[in-house]
Amino acid sequence: MAAEVSVLAKLEGSVGSANVRTEPKELLRFAIDGVTPKFEVRPETAEKAAEVVRTAVHEKFAVVACGARTALAIGTPPASYDVALDMTRITGISSYDPGDLTISVNAGMPLADLARELAEKKQFLPLEVPFFEKATVGGAIAAGLDSPLRQFYGTPRDFLIGAEFVDGTGAQAKSGGRVVKNVTGYDFHKLLNGSLGTLGVITRLNFRTYPIASARRGFLASFADEVGALKFVKHIGASALTPIVLEMASPESAGLLFSQYAPFASLCAAQDKREWTVCVGFEGSGEVCERYAKELARMAKQAGAQNAVAMHDDQFAALLEILREAPVTMRDAAAEAVVMRFTALPSQLADLLRAVRSFARSSWMTAPVLARSECVIYMALLPRAGDETAFKQLDYFWKSVGSLRGKLEFKGTVVFCPAKWKAMLDGWEHANVELEMERRVKRAFDPNGVFARGRFVGGM
Amino acid sequence: MQSGIIAELEAIAGARNVLSRAEDLVLYEYDGSVEKARPEAVVFPSTTTDVVKIVKLAIKHDVPIVGRGAGTGLSGGALARGGGIMIAFGRMNKILELDFANRRAVVQPGVVNFDLTRAVEHAGLYFAPDPSSQKSCTIGGNVSENSGGPHTLAYGVTSSHVTGLELVLPNGEVKRIGGKLADPMGYDLCGLLVGSEGTLALVTEIVAKLSKKPEAIKTLLAIFETVDDATETVTELTARAITPAACEMLDGWTLCAIEDYVHAGFPRDCGAVLLIEIEGITEAVAGQAQAIDEVCRLHHAREIRTAKDDKERELLWKGRKTAFGALGRLAPSNYVLDAVIPRSKLPQALRQVVKLGKECGLQVGNIFHAGDGNLHPLVLFDPRKPEEFREAVRVSEEIVRYCVSIGGALTGEHGVGMEKAELMTLMFSEADFALMRRVHAQFNPTGLLNPGKVFPMGKGCGETRVRTSPMAHPLQTGVPA
Repeated sequence: MAAEVSVLAKLEGSVGSANVRTEPKELLRFAIDGVTPKFEVRPETAEKAAEVVRTAVHEKFAVVACGARTALAIGTPPASYDVALDMTRITGISSYDPGDLTISVNAGMPLADLARELAEKKQFLPLEVPFFEKATVGGAIAAGLDSPLRQFYGTPRDFLIGAEFVDGTGAQAKSGGRVVKNVTGYDFHKLLNGSLGTLGVITRLNFRTYPIASARRGFLASFADEVGALKFVKHIGASALTPIVLEMASPESAGLLFSQYAPFASLCAAQDKREWTVCVGFEGSGEVCERYAKELARMAKQAGAQNAVAMHDDQFAALLEILREAPVTMRDAAAEAVVMRFTALPSQLADLLRAVRSFARSSWMTAPVLARSECVIYMALLPRAGDETAFKQLDYFWKSVGSLRGKLEFKGTVVFCPAKWKAMLDGWEHANVELEMERRVKRAFDPNGVFARGRFVGGM
Repeated sequence: MQSGIIAELEAIAGARNVLSRAEDLVLYEYDGSVEKARPEAVVFPSTTTDVVKIVKLAIKHDVPIVGRGAGTGLSGGALARGGGIMIAFGRMNKILELDFANRRAVVQPGVVNFDLTRAVEHAGLYFAPDPSSQKSCTIGGNVSENSGGPHTLAYGVTSSHVTGLELVLPNGEVKRIGGKLADPMGYDLCGLLVGSEGTLALVTEIVAKLSKKPEAIKTLLAIFETVDDATETVTELTARAITPAACEMLDGWTLCAIEDYVHAGFPRDCGAVLLIEIEGITEAVAGQAQAIDEVCRLHHAREIRTAKDDKERELLWKGRKTAFGALGRLAPSNYVLDAVIPRSKLPQALRQVVKLGKECGLQVGNIFHAGDGNLHPLVLFDPRKPEEFREAVRVSEEIVRYCVSIGGALTGEHGVGMEKAELMTLMFSEADFALMRRVHAQFNPTGLLNPGKVFPMGKGCGETRVRTSPMAHPLQTGVPA
């Protein structure tokens, strides 16, 4: 106890007593899969965050950096967890020169606030990720979930141009810079994306920003089966068009995602429950959008679409939001929902879809699927309430996925899973990483093992 | 170098694939930079297995190794700063697989950048990174240095176009990271390895993304009376969020040199031109062209020409891409700089470059990627006059320092290499270096692989684990003989 008192004094000395909490009730908000920290610490600056990390290293504490705590359920449960480092006070834009199309943002800034600031200058960041309304910029990068806009704008590897972070020795380090083209030094910021906080505490991120196009519209087409939907997607890929969004929702997923939203009611009403829906987004001048709408309508017809709707800007904005939040909607669709993410080769997308859907069918669970940009599949298994065989079925499903190894090139991880099953199911089993190389990176960044212990692949 | 090592290299790769005579090695002491360092042996492996054997041999004899592609690099990245064995990948130049359905190519590191584009263009695809040296530089070199090119403005540097690598680590282990799939599910190791300048591992295979050729391309040449007008135009284009695929600036003096050399059709009597390319679907290109035209005229463009056809377009690009060669005719040597500035500061930065050039008394040309603020001042000098060389290096360093001081970066596409290792302290702190060293030590703990690069050596070799060959000359300086 005495030791912890002195640690408390140290932490309070760093961030002020009002910013260290130890009350169990408060700490519950930071619990990860039922594991609760001993301290919540809220530094006001990156320097203070570094000081806290140094204290943690000294005390051999485990630290988990948190933003809005929206994505803490991603990853395996922490092996130990002493300090929740709440980064939300380190917020705001550090520097923004709209004329350069670059911005430097403190990690605790909410994505939605950032989007509003950028929109004032008619710019945006193509980081439309789940929990958008609440999530912080730092949390979004650490969580590594993708955005529907990746179809055109890519992933943070393409627009994150620099980062500042606290490494596992408690030192403030950085990489990249604030210019759009820069190959100076090792690109550490690329490693932070999707690292679940295991490499460092992100304190600031630099992005390249993009102009908001004069119009951004959408197109929905529904098909009797996935063959037609895939045909349409392939036609688009082979054409001159470069859409910004290209997603394919299975019948279960279309029902779940679109039926609640009025503008899509006509489409959904016309749909019987077995239809696949392809969602396309595009942007540009009025002329450009007209060309897209025309060509998409033609290609949809060629691919045998049952229904097709062109969407104006507001409708597309609503659609983008629905697609953005799809993994969360899937998770919330059942008390014990499990959401998985696969990456696939475009040429094998159909085979992988067919395989995972057939495994899901034999598990008797509803399994909505959303395929993104021909390379990512989000899939949920939704057990009925009180189904005692649910875990067994999940386990069977995950093992079946393993049987695809060697036949298809893919990777898969569990994104969301009830905490009680995490100990029994290895969510990283199909991540297919070069673990020994990953460990080298982890050892360099976090030699003392202070960050997010056990949260990542291979127990890192 | 011990004859025993040479014999062992010959046993691995075959006698005709090993060079060790001084007159052969002298060709490998250069790259495109002003640095020089001579290897003690050059070996041309044919397979990854050869590379592993060579690495193990180097470990056994405690000899440094460095990888090399075509030697077109501009920062000394592929020079044997510690002597030792140079592994030249020129004969590992096979395209192993073209996967059109997934838009991926699997290539050996010695494949020439443009050869990949040539191999896939019939399918409407191309490899996006397009350095000026693309007809000779290799993809392995591009990966090491994270090379760019004019179209980086729209499509990003090499790291945006590589999804997988086969590596030979400095301990001789072979590792595969990434693959054809788009996303890593662990750490983005490819993101780290691409651009690590050959200091962490040797790259023996690359999975490259292939991009779809746009439906329409329009190439504009905007002609200005002054450099200021041209740079103000670029700043305004960026501020208006007009995003061409490429936006290059060439100053009037450079244009004359190019015209003398390749007759690309550039004017000889202007202050500067902007070579702007717009790509996309026809309707989008038309709209952008109109917007660009408007901004150019607002900034007093004297004339805006549009390339009539592919032939004219190719000629303009030939002029741009041979610019360094054209200037090479004017002086015995030149120093091509690579630095980046925030785009809004382009006019002031160019004024500073011109001022520093005038002050130093050497001719400084400017041909660069204006759209992304990537400057390439080119300083002409005569290496036979040591004071000229020193002055060229001094003024270059001053320009780089200035660029960093206004929020820029040391290098946009050439890499740090030997050239800028000492300047790294302008951008990075002790803590930054400490982390870089820990990462370096995890992959290259003995420092045998590509010593003397990226890390500043001023603080003592021990810290950066730079080693010299036990049997060879000490670390060489960048001063030409």
